[in-house]
This record gives sequence, C-alpha cells and structure tokens, in this order.
Amino acid sequence: MTTTTEPLTAPIKAPVAAGGKGGRDRFSVGRTVKYALLLLFLLIVLIPVYVLIITSFKGTGDASPTRAWNLPQHWTMENWSAAWTALSPAILRTVEMVIPAAVISSLLGSMNGFVLSRWRFKGADLVFTLILFGMFIPYQAVMIPLLKLMQGAHIPSGIPSLIILHVIYGLPITTLIFRNYYQSIPNELIEASRVDGAGMLRTYWSVVLPISIPSFVVVLIWQFTSAWNDFLFAVFFSSSQNGPVTLALNNLANGALLQNYGVSMAGALLASLPTLLVYVLLGKYFIGGLMSGSVKG
Amino acid sequence: MPRNLRRWGPPLLMISPSLILLAVFVYGLLAVNAHTSTTDMNTAAQATGVKPTSFVGFDNYTKLLSSPDFQHSLKNLVIYTVVFLVGTMLFGFLWAWLLDRPVRFEGVFRSIYLFPMAVSFVASGVVWRWLLNSNQGESASGLNRLFQMIGLDFLQNNWWNNVNYGIAAIAIPAIWQLSGYVMALFLAGFRGIPEELREASQIDGATTWQMYRHVIFPQLSPVALSAVIIVGHMSLKAFDLIMSISKPANYQTKVPAVDMYVLKSSFHYADAAAVGVILLVIVAVLIIPYLVHISRAEKRA
Repeated sequence: MTTTTEPLTAPIKAPVAAGGKGGRDRFSVGRTVKYALLLLFLLIVLIPVYVLIITSFKGTGDASPTRAWNLPQHWTMENWSAAWTALSPAILRTVEMVIPAAVISSLLGSMNGFVLSRWRFKGADLVFTLILFGMFIPYQAVMIPLLKLMQGAHIPSGIPSLIILHVIYGLPITTLIFRNYYQSIPNELIEASRVDGAGMLRTYWSVVLPISIPSFVVVLIWQFTSAWNDFLFAVFFSSSQNGPVTLALNNLANGALLQNYGVSMAGALLASLPTLLVYVLLGKYFIGGLMSGSVKG
Repeated sequence: MPRNLRRWGPPLLMISPSLILLAVFVYGLLAVNAHTSTTDMNTAAQATGVKPTSFVGFDNYTKLLSSPDFQHSLKNLVIYTVVFLVGTMLFGFLWAWLLDRPVRFEGVFRSIYLFPMAVSFVASGVVWRWLLNSNQGESASGLNRLFQMIGLDFLQNNWWNNVNYGIAAIAIPAIWQLSGYVMALFLAGFRGIPEELREASQIDGATTWQMYRHVIFPQLSPVALSAVIIVGHMSLKAFDLIMSISKPANYQTKVPAVDMYVLKSSFHYADAAAVGVILLVIVAVLIIPYLVHISRAEKRA
C-alpha cells in the first residue's frame, strides 16, 4: 500500500525516449535479448489462458491426456452452454450484489476521505491509521462473532449479508483512495467556496463531488472487482443456492465426483468475463486503484 | 454552543456512520473474537447458545500451538509465504526493469503481465488445478505433459500432492496472479526517478549497469518495502486458492486460514476464534510497524 498523492490515472507513463527515434531502431544484442525475454514471459503468462480456451471448447470424447495441449478435434459449445446453465443464476445474483456494494462504499468513502483530508483535529492521523488497519486484518479474526452478529440481527444469508459486508469492509480502501485524491486538490478551491459562505456539506456537494468523478471511477472499479472476486465472505455467508458466482464456480469445479474440466473451464471464463472486460475497457482506472490503494486478501 | 456545532457538526455527520460501523465490525468484533477464543465453545450446542460456555484461559492456544497438525499448518504458511514473496518480487522486478526504458508495444506487455490480477483466485484455481495435475508418464496431463513434450521430463513432479512441500506448488498460481502487480509498483518507482539523475550518472562516465546498481536500484527500496508488505499480508491470509485447487481437508496444503474454516464447520468456534487471533497477531507484527512508518513519513512530507 502506498499513500502517494500522485494523479490517480497516470502513474506509470513512459518517459520520452532520450535518444529520439534514431536510438530505437538500432539493432543491438542487448535489445534482442530484452525483447526475447519479454516475449518469453508473455507466452508463459498466457499459458493458462490457452489451456482455458482450448479445454472449454473440447467435447467429452476429446479429453485424452495425450491430446491435452492440442487444439480441439471438434470445436463444440456444449461446455459453454452447460456452464451457463449452472452459473447464470449466480452471475445475476453477483450483479445484484456488486452494484449496491460498490456504490454505497464509494459514497461513504468519499465523505470520509473529504473530511479526513480537510478537517485537522487532534488525533486525525490516529483515526486514519485505525481505519486503514481495518483493511489489513485477516477476516478470520472477526468471522466467528460476525456470523453470530449477522444471525442475531436476522439478516438473510446470501446476497443481503454480502452487500453489507462488502460495504463495511470496503470502507478502509475507499476512504484511503479518496483521502489521497482530495489532498491533491488545491486548498484555494475549498477556501473560495467557504468565503462564499458555504458550509462543509455544501462545499462537499457542490464543489468537491463534481470534481471527484475520476476517483469515483477508480474506486467503483476497485470495489466491483474485489466484491466480484471475493470467495472468503461468500463461503461463510452464503450457500450455492443463494451465493455469488465464485461459490457456484467452486462447487461446479470441485463438487462433482467426476471432474469435467471442459465445463469448469468454460465456467471459469464466464465468471471472469465481467472483471476482464472492465480491465480491458477501463484499464488505466484499474491500475489507478492498484497504485493508490492496496490489495484485499 | 452553536458555533462549535457549526464547526464540528457537518464533518461529524459525514464521517460518523463509517466510524461507528468500523468500530463495531472491526474493533468490536476483534474483541469479541478474542474473548470467544478463551472459552470452551467447541460444541454445536454451545456454538448455537443451547449450552453455556465457561472460561478456559489460554487452553485453546496451548492446545493448538502444541498440536503437530497446527504446527504443520504454520510450517506450510512459512513455505508458501517465502515462495510467493520471492517469486513475485523476482518476476515483478525483472519485468519492470525490462520495461523501464521505452519499449515497443510496452502497453501490450504491461497489460498482459498484469491481467491475471483482474481474475479471481477461484477462477484461476480451476485451470491451475489442471496444470498442476500430479499424473506422470503415460497418463500425464497439465504441466507434466508439457514438460514431456519439450523434453524436460525430469521436471515432472507430483506438485501439491507432495506431503512436505506440496504447499509450494500452490504458490505458483499465486505468483502468476500477483507478479504483474509488483511489476506495476516497481514500474511506477522506476518512472518516479528524475531523468536528471540518469543523465548525471552518464556524464560522470558510469556504465548502464553501474547507473542501475548505484543510482536507480537504491531509490526503489521504499517501493520494494510496500510490495513486500502487500504481498506478504496477502500470503498470510491465503485461502481461496487452496480451497479451489486442493481441498480444505488435505493435510499437505493446509494453512491456518483453512484450519479456521474447517474448525468453524465442525462448530469448534473457540478453536476457530483462536486461529483467527493467531493470524491477526502474525499480520499485525508485519503491518503495524509499516503503518507507523508511513504515517511518520507523511508527516515529514
């Protein structure tokens, strides 16, 4: 976790080539080795993707280990339709879960971040550090009383419980990202609004919120991805009948006695499509979240 | 005091819902959990409140820490963390270094190295379970089959089915998923170093290697620290990947987070709570000095 205050979306731009264009095109052993290495690592990173894709299109008769790495003999969609039948209810539930979870924790995080970046009081740093610590705790250390609390409060297991948990345990990271962003906006902007007679709430609503769109995108993507990919809370607070897609996928892949890799791999691809789509389309915001925040385990 | 109310009211109104929630759901529950770990709530009747519990002090901790089974989990956690940390730091650093100076198609390399980060451990576990299949020879599939195909038969092994070091195989997919993240951190570190420093060392006649060794690398130590803390704390909480590739009951791949789940499922709530506290202590030893360190660094800035 870094608490830098750099602009969220442009953290790792390449510098302009010092030698100009001429330096780039010259052949050298060093450059060749560099590209060879880059390409080799690229292929290694893509191995699991290749396996996922070819296996998901293989029929049941195509499962011989000798052909494990070959392309399918007959391309078939049967695994995909089986995986869709098994996972689509859970995918819909996950959508119903991640949208409110991401929106509510972002709004709360934005208010917290604004207050903590502007309101200097004794112990402000301690409060901030205590909030941050909430993001690092192993949730195993709260899980037993949390189970009892949610049961005692009669909050239905499944999506309602998970929305509440993702909102609450998402607060530290959303607060951190917004606080870092708000610290980078010029004081004059806030002061000008105060001179005009606006209070803190008014300033937040009409001055700060409108310029927060980029960090909202970053935070929403972050929360969307971590809630979509969560498995720990899912396994403790939902079942395969009412839980999110990670749980359904795990049951699909590990539940049956006979392992059907074709269906599980099609399922893994289906379950990953939404987050991958966000990564491809909004990559720079995704990276912005990575750089300014941290990882939830 | 209307003036004080005007000054303190709005910020308190904005921040107090979150503060109350975190106070209850983080610190309140940590305290309740610590209390549960000192009781004998280890039966279904007690866990559901039918039978009362009594105070047993640190009995659950001494029981856990002296059992060979839990010691094995702690040993696994150490192996997993070391392999995971070394792997991600190595690849993350190397990739960032390769991409440091302008490279053609840099965006493509960067995006592909980083993409596994967007995938859930559960989904990647599906394919890694296949890749890390322990079958060898005729019936080999997965990586073992690939090794045969490229003439590296001697690399075939039984991966996570090895009783002593099986857990290290689970770290391989973890390295695959997180190396790109460490790369992104290091790349930001490389790009944050002013060009003047590089130019100055070139004017001084330093070779490229000397420039990296004496000028660039030392500047990256704060980034390396952040990366170690982030990857390290994720590693200590390892759960999803193990559940998805192996099984919770598998001796060779169990770690404390998995034990906690197994204990909870059999209504050993007090033992499960004690495992939670032990994990918390391990993470806190790593995180608290770091949080203090960055809070001080911010004040200095």
